[in-house]
Amino acid sequence: MSNERFKNPITESAPVRWTLIAAVLAFLSLFVLTPLVIVFTEAFSKGWEEYILALQEPDAVKAIRLTLLVAAIAVPANLLFGLAASWAIAKFEFRGKSFLITLIDLPFSVSPVISGLVYVLLFGANSFLGPILKSYGMQIVFAVPGIVLATIFVTFPFVARELIPLMQDQGTGDEEAAISLGANGWQTFWYVTLPNVKWALLYGVLLCNARAMGEFGAVSVVSGHIRGLTNTMPLHVEILYNDYNVVGAFAVASLLALLALLTLVLRTVLETRYGSELSAGQKH
Amino acid sequence: MTSARSAARWHWKNPSVIPGFGLTLGFTLAYLTLIILIPLAALAWRSASLGWTDFLRLVLDPRTLAALRISFSTALIAAVVNVVFGVVAAWVLVRYNFPGRRIVDAVVDLPFAIPTAVAGIALTAIYAPNGLIGSLLAPLGIKVAYSPLGIVVALIAIGLPFVVRTVQPVMQEISQEVEEAAASLGASRFQTIFRVILPGLTPAILTGFALALARGIGEYGSVIFIAGNIPFVSEIAPLLIVIRLEEFDYGAATVIATVMLIISFLMLFLINFIQAWSRRRFGYEQ
Repeated sequence: MSNERFKNPITESAPVRWTLIAAVLAFLSLFVLTPLVIVFTEAFSKGWEEYILALQEPDAVKAIRLTLLVAAIAVPANLLFGLAASWAIAKFEFRGKSFLITLIDLPFSVSPVISGLVYVLLFGANSFLGPILKSYGMQIVFAVPGIVLATIFVTFPFVARELIPLMQDQGTGDEEAAISLGANGWQTFWYVTLPNVKWALLYGVLLCNARAMGEFGAVSVVSGHIRGLTNTMPLHVEILYNDYNVVGAFAVASLLALLALLTLVLRTVLETRYGSELSAGQKH
Repeated sequence: MTSARSAARWHWKNPSVIPGFGLTLGFTLAYLTLIILIPLAALAWRSASLGWTDFLRLVLDPRTLAALRISFSTALIAAVVNVVFGVVAAWVLVRYNFPGRRIVDAVVDLPFAIPTAVAGIALTAIYAPNGLIGSLLAPLGIKVAYSPLGIVVALIAIGLPFVVRTVQPVMQEISQEVEEAAASLGASRFQTIFRVILPGLTPAILTGFALALARGIGEYGSVIFIAGNIPFVSEIAPLLIVIRLEEFDYGAATVIATVMLIISFLMLFLINFIQAWSRRRFGYEQ
């Protein structure tokens, strides 16, 4: 931009540049920013008092509690899986590895509704297992266990796919050195591998958590929409919205939007400060 | 602990001094089987137990076909729009310096982070006939919310990051020397972009397109609020699955899900194929 007297052959002219920048900004405002702003303006459209009241409503409180509970089970479960899968895949050479990676990514290409449906087919009243479970007094579908399972399904790959490429890049040299110096497996994992991947792990957990708390389709299918019992926050948003309770719906939605913003800020901070430790070029 | 023994027994694994292979792979396979493979197999088994005649009858049901057509065509239009704006957005973010560029870069990821139901009600509030933008479009006779156009708007909003995030890293790798060479050989900027730069980006663009399309076909939460959900007009396939389930018509729900699953596996196969091709042709993967 400083050297406008000479025409730079490998960039566009200033008017073209600014037109493209303006087009992108307009596009993002129209489809991404305006919806975000609307969530908050609608939530506060009747003032702070109504907003606070909407969030203190008993069903809303129960929905927030259930969402936190579901995330508190699903995220650690997928964290454990991500660590195990990345250890097996990145630290060893075996046949069928790329097929295994494809299988781990599978939930990303399944519609959320189908992710819920498979559990209804497996555990529902009409299924093979349903009557057996019922005779033991266990209910999975239209109850909390089903919601947890569906959430685990849709957030399954998040931690693993952050860790696998990074640990593959890092190779096995550090671990082999630790073992040859007398460390056992757990010591190698705790003191060598884990410190090497901690920021990528946090990154994966952040994304996994955001999706776990915000998942709608899969949870909607398995929940049965029982108010105060099987409603997570996104499902409660739907119920309030369909009741024409606009302030209530957008108040609960604003909490989810804040969570999304917080996740985004934290991941931007992670990328800026520890970008080189997050496996280069692998963003998702 | 068992690695030495297992290495001797299993010829499909290279020997290693690092322990824990049996434990971690065993846990990985068990968890994968229980959470993903058995439930998906339940769907396939349900579908297979219907038999061909019932399966075909349920697939060829006019409402099912209409829902699949609506899901596919709206996702296709949205993915095309996202390719155009996604490539421009990636270009602007990689090549131009302007105030707030980092914020714009972060904003691109917002659709990944924002829950679909939240995006759905917010977009509906904006594009409804009495909404911020809907009220401007209504006098022109353009109805966005409660029409197929609303579905396209929702899918554009959630699909954008797929294209940007697959194209952006590849764009960063393009060496400017190629462009200098093209310019010094007398190519116009237009020719350089369309005949030198874009061909190299084709695999990444196709992958981003396929990802956005696959996501759009399966999308539920952001669409159902804005679509109006009129059968044969704006009723998407995932919603029809939910409707059939609520009617306890498990057969129909299973069949629609199976068709959608086959489509998404074909897309997955296509993406893997594009990546294998781009590795051979261009020497990079994305």
